[in-house]
Amino acid sequence: MNELPGDLLYTKDHEWLRREDDGSVTIGITDHAQSALGDLVYVELPEVDLEVDEGGEMAVVESVKAASDVYAPIAGSIAAVNEELADDPEKINSDPYGDGWIVRMQPSDSIDEDALMSPDDYQQFLDDLDD
Amino acid sequence: MGSKTPLFDKHNEAGARIVDFGGWDMPLHYGSQKEEHHFVRQNAGMFDVSHMTIVDLSGERVRAFLQYLVANDVAKLKDPGKALYTAMLNADGGVIDDLIIYYLSDTFYRLVVNAATREKDLAWIREKAAAFDVAVTERAELGMIAVQGPNARELAAPSIDEDFRAAAMAMKPFYGMQAGEMFIARTGYTGEDGFEICMPATDAPKVWDQLLAAGVAPCGLGARDTLRLEAAMNLYGTDMDETVSPLEAGLEWTIAWEPAEREFIGRAPLEALRNSPERQRFVGLLLEDRGVLRNHQKVVVDGVGEGEITSGGFSPTIDKSIALARVPAGDYDRAAVEVRGKLLNVRIVKTPFVRNGQIRIDLVGETK
Repeated sequence: MNELPGDLLYTKDHEWLRREDDGSVTIGITDHAQSALGDLVYVELPEVDLEVDEGGEMAVVESVKAASDVYAPIAGSIAAVNEELADDPEKINSDPYGDGWIVRMQPSDSIDEDALMSPDDYQQFLDDLDD
Repeated sequence: MGSKTPLFDKHNEAGARIVDFGGWDMPLHYGSQKEEHHFVRQNAGMFDVSHMTIVDLSGERVRAFLQYLVANDVAKLKDPGKALYTAMLNADGGVIDDLIIYYLSDTFYRLVVNAATREKDLAWIREKAAAFDVAVTERAELGMIAVQGPNARELAAPSIDEDFRAAAMAMKPFYGMQAGEMFIARTGYTGEDGFEICMPATDAPKVWDQLLAAGVAPCGLGARDTLRLEAAMNLYGTDMDETVSPLEAGLEWTIAWEPAEREFIGRAPLEALRNSPERQRFVGLLLEDRGVLRNHQKVVVDGVGEGEITSGGFSPTIDKSIALARVPAGDYDRAAVEVRGKLLNVRIVKTPFVRNGQIRIDLVGETK
């Protein structure tokens, strides 16, 4: 079992969030999610400045197997997208918490950390899925 | 929990992700579907296909029975061992299943049919066989491994009984032969050379280990699907079913129209559709925009009408998305596919997309 990065927050949809110093939030999918999807072959990214609601469809990741929606874990606007995924979607497989980041959002409200999971809570969530 | 093949433990040993496939617990991949795909195109991979249904037919009138049962004509099979790909049709001309028939002797043929259609196939075959006094025997005790790729036969050779090895290696494509306890056929579902090896289920794990030691990579259903899609080989239940005519599923080449007096099940509706102006096309699509084509997406042909993708996916060999689609009659070579509300451009290409490791379609394309 791979260690989960300790500085991230996690969701039940297997996304991760990193709070950046400038107040923005970087978002990607977890190692568990990329492993379940299999080899990624295409990522559909949102337009920069798009406003999204919490839980709204934000991006689509497509593996050899299937297409999966990526939902916005918080409300806000899209500040940046990872353009490199257009040519190299497999970065999500090889480095899900690093080069495989998907979008950066500017939150519209303060982030409700209680609605998200700590690394320990997410690890517990994953362990419960296996049972 | 589903049915398990004799190789189930081997899949777990190899780190397979197991999924349900028509009631069977089968390996989807062993790590990376794409790497498995490339390994088959470039070297040699093996697939557990023990879930496939093997049915032996014997009797004095077995040839006449098969000439009635299937759309292709087993009279084409002159040499013992020769195989024939064909469809078994219902009275409406829809496809009950596609299958391979091996001609082993004048009184003995072997069929390999799909796993998901096992029960209805056996019921149908038994029902129709009664009038011909043909014995129908399912061979559930046999396991089956498909070894596929440019190096597949060479790497599989040591697993074949020495007494039969030379003959098996000399066998031409689309032939099969009994080799001691094994039945070996030079057939497959990937567009590559290779063998499909049937053997007693109890021997299958040993053969699997021998192939593994020889350098053959275990490959799952995921790679099997992208390989067969690149080879433009139909998948039953996806590209055709009982409501679809083989004429609208790219299978006209598997129908023997001559002799005209041969009455096979489903012939009349096929004759009616054959030259109909309404007959839908079954085509290969190459996606020119970014994205991935998927099953059931709508194909829009400007000024002509709409069709549907029957099998869509990403081609690891071409590094673009490809699909098989059923589309309206007409002379056109471009269309659009609706993906999440947007229309993406596709070009109609001559299939197969890939065969024997080589891309066979024109990737640049010229518009008429």
